[in-house]
Amino acid sequence: MFKRRKKGGPEIPSASMADIAFELMIFFLVATTFDVDTGIGLVLPPAAETTEQVKVKQSDIAKLLVNAAGEVLLDGELITVPQIRETIKNKIKANPKLIVSIKTDRETSYSRYIEVLDELKLAYNDLREEYSLKTFGKEFKNLTKDQQEEVKKEIPIRISIAEPEEVK
Amino acid sequence: MKFQKKFGQTKPTVPTASLPDVIFQLILFFMVTTTIKVFDVKVRYILPEAAAIEKIENKRLISYIWVGRDGRIQIDDNIVQLDDITDIMYRKRQENPNVIVSLRIDKDSRMGIVMDIQQRLRKADALRINYSTLQKL
Repeated sequence: MFKRRKKGGPEIPSASMADIAFELMIFFLVATTFDVDTGIGLVLPPAAETTEQVKVKQSDIAKLLVNAAGEVLLDGELITVPQIRETIKNKIKANPKLIVSIKTDRETSYSRYIEVLDELKLAYNDLREEYSLKTFGKEFKNLTKDQQEEVKKEIPIRISIAEPEEVK
Repeated sequence: MKFQKKFGQTKPTVPTASLPDVIFQLILFFMVTTTIKVFDVKVRYILPEAAAIEKIENKRLISYIWVGRDGRIQIDDNIVQLDDITDIMYRKRQENPNVIVSLRIDKDSRMGIVMDIQQRLRKADALRINYSTLQKL
């Protein structure tokens, strides 16, 4: 009798194919990004009719006025946009209860308004950074969630949008 | 009498050749069930740039309002009139009390329209807003 040759050639091990497929899946999971909305967050004051007017001392308000030409007036004095950051920082340091009120003209350009708002946010961010370095010895972004909340509570962002004079 | 050993001679193996197929099936399942909401933006706008920006963590809370350079306003997929904003946003707030309104406004707009929108948002009690901006480098 002939000895029959064993059937079937050499096989490629296919056990790790699944791993390759997983790798593919993980790659696509990581590489997929959805566009995240970024911007400057703000909370509007409630509608004027529903709440009673809260009296705030004049000395606790910093009035920022942006006129139609894009000029910025801080408490009646003309300043440039890059100056806002330092000026507001010093003002808040002098008076931690300071509320910054922004008023714009109807003809003011939106991009100028965002620039001013950005400067204000930068000022507040600087103050928070300073506070967290002083208190925790770390940068704000390296703090724990609780510590960040504490810093936020300590230096709240008090930006108020002034009531417009006339509304369409 | 010699007992024949009935097991233990060959190792039982689970066929693994079809495992990748199982994984691919998983991928396909997730691909098919994932829906991405895409808005059809009908207005033309260029966002302003800012440095101190933050990401909005929770995408589900966001509702967008677009304002194009021609001053047209779009909410969801429709061009709306200024006076409709209060009603629309009021309804949105009832569905989702923590709604964040993200304003995507063209940078060459005037503040007049921004103020008008804000006044209507205040009336609708949708107070959390976000001025959508790009990162200034």
